[in-house]
Amino acid sequence: MTATVRPDTPITDGEELWYLRLYVAGQSPKSLHALANLKRLCEEYLAGHYEIEVIDLIENPSLARGDDILAIPTLVRRLPEPLRRIIGDLSNTERVLVGLRLLPGPSQ
Amino acid sequence: MTVTPGIATDRQRGATEPPVGRLAHLPKTPTGIHGLDEVTGGGLPRGRPTLVCGPAGCGKTLLAMEFLVRGIVEFDEPGVFVTFEESADDLVANVASLGFDLLRYEADGQLVIDHVGMVGGEMDDTGDWDLDGLFLRLGAAIDAVGAKRVVLDTIETLFGAFSNTATLRSELRRLFGWLKDRGVTAVITGERGDGTLTRHGIEEYVSDCVIVLDHRVTEQTSTRRLRILKYRGSLHGTNEYPFLIGESGISVLPVTSPGLRNAVSTQRVSTGVARLDAMLGGGGFYRGSTVLVSGTAGTGKSTLAAQFCNAACTRGERAMYFAFEESEAEILRNMASVGIDLRRWVDAGLLQFRCFRPSLLGLEAHLFAVQKFVSEFDPSVVVKDPVSDLLRVGTVADVSAMLARQVDFLKAKGVTSLFTSLSSFDDPAHAGEQIASLVDTWLVVKTMEGNGEHNRILSVLKSRGMAHSNQIREFLLTGQGIELADVYVGPQGVLTGSARQAQEAKERSDGAAWQEDLEQRRVNLERRRESVEAQVTDLWREFENEADIVGRLLSHGSTGVEDRAGQRAEQGRLRRADPDESALKVRPSDVEIGGK
Repeated sequence: MTATVRPDTPITDGEELWYLRLYVAGQSPKSLHALANLKRLCEEYLAGHYEIEVIDLIENPSLARGDDILAIPTLVRRLPEPLRRIIGDLSNTERVLVGLRLLPGPSQ
Repeated sequence: MTVTPGIATDRQRGATEPPVGRLAHLPKTPTGIHGLDEVTGGGLPRGRPTLVCGPAGCGKTLLAMEFLVRGIVEFDEPGVFVTFEESADDLVANVASLGFDLLRYEADGQLVIDHVGMVGGEMDDTGDWDLDGLFLRLGAAIDAVGAKRVVLDTIETLFGAFSNTATLRSELRRLFGWLKDRGVTAVITGERGDGTLTRHGIEEYVSDCVIVLDHRVTEQTSTRRLRILKYRGSLHGTNEYPFLIGESGISVLPVTSPGLRNAVSTQRVSTGVARLDAMLGGGGFYRGSTVLVSGTAGTGKSTLAAQFCNAACTRGERAMYFAFEESEAEILRNMASVGIDLRRWVDAGLLQFRCFRPSLLGLEAHLFAVQKFVSEFDPSVVVKDPVSDLLRVGTVADVSAMLARQVDFLKAKGVTSLFTSLSSFDDPAHAGEQIASLVDTWLVVKTMEGNGEHNRILSVLKSRGMAHSNQIREFLLTGQGIELADVYVGPQGVLTGSARQAQEAKERSDGAAWQEDLEQRRVNLERRRESVEAQVTDLWREFENEADIVGRLLSHGSTGVEDRAGQRAEQGRLRRADPDESALKVRPSDVEIGGK
């Protein structure tokens, strides 16, 4: 299921590109929830300037070493830098936005 | 039965020896680590996780790594090392000094090192998650090399990465269950927490076997210790066992714990001093026995030890001399001065010196070093000169416990060992007392003061299994090595040195006088015999004269009656007649007197 999810809306020039990588394990409920949640959030907040790569570790377990993946699902923000990682099925939207720095965190 | 570390006496050692192979039904995976398999009765539980915990720097990572490497090298069991702390490069570099070539094992497809980095600190969690990522990574690594052994070092680091510890705990529990399902023998390390075995209490999930490592400093000497806290379904040694990280990995001691079941020999080995051999019932020490020579400073302990080595080398056997106070060159020179030429044996490869200060190593390292040297050289006699120096490194209890293990080791190898021990002037027997029960033969040398000089004396305090002399001998260092001389016991006590020589001279002169006296008496007796014989001859002569007279009288036939009548007639004639002057004058005495 390793695939790149293209945004529904075309990438617009001028906006910063967000490149996100989601690590999942097959078709587990957590994985499916995570992908659905991610797509929804991206459309809402990053419409037009995001790209999602989904990596299924059941198919490619060796890829887990690249981003030091332990927990499933893990979302890695490759771009913009710095690299950020959040885990879980992304159901807590506020935490996802804080984790991805789309919203200022409580401490910031 | 738990025994406080360090003070195990030989009796206790016998009682708490690690049980070996009594419960064969629990499959075990040998670690290949020196001594650990003896202590665990065969290794770690096969197909189950074992927790190895202890404070920082106690050797957890190394023990885990050696477990994998020994598996690869000795048991053909590939392994996976998941490191949560050190990077793979660091690990490779850290164990390279032990001869573990991790890169080669990786290249050969026998080892996977997976470094799980905890970059970016705590990860926010945004909903449900699990550790499938780790499971998949681990599963892939296990499959890649067909691993039978897995190490997770140190998995508790995960507690710093995940805020949801409830999920993490349940996932760890699942992980250990999963490892069991995979049938791999796993070692999980954990750092000691406050009052708990591990910081986050993961011992709760890993309950089959728990090994606790410790690293303590007593009297400026650090000692690593290992204890099997728990081993479900198996007997195991319960003591704290010292262990070392040596040049070739970990060694858990005692490596030899035969439970006092050494083979014994009735063969004797010469002490190198003929009269000492005689004092020990003829022949010397038993082969494989342990000898203690204790004495005050300058009593010739080292010389006795050197002569013992010399005798062994003369027989063509190998000897090893551990010197803690003198260098090899000093010993060779000093012994040459008393006529013991050790250099030829060194040159011939029969004698090896190992000279170092005991304080250079801790007690355990010392024990290990001695075992290593002895195993390599395989000598038939070993000298340690002096063991009392070890007391500077550890307490008396620790030293005697260490020596007990050493004695076991040497006896198991059939090595005859001689330890010297320096004792104080006040109480010559004291320093040896602590270790005297370990040894089979105890010789005491001391100096006696008297006549303005110090003289050495030697006695056999004990010697198991042989009729030994109870006498004190004077111990002489001559140009031809050690000689023993009889001592004299006089009204002033034992005579040694010049007093002994004076006594010997006196006895010699007394002897001469007695000889003279005898001769004189003999001569006198001879003279007396001659005079007696002369007297006898005279008596016989008188007797014969008289007998002659009597014989003549009888032959004349005259009777007494006639004679008496004649006498009377003669008397009458003389009384009437005038005295005949001329008749008187013819008497010889009168003539002589008259002649003057």
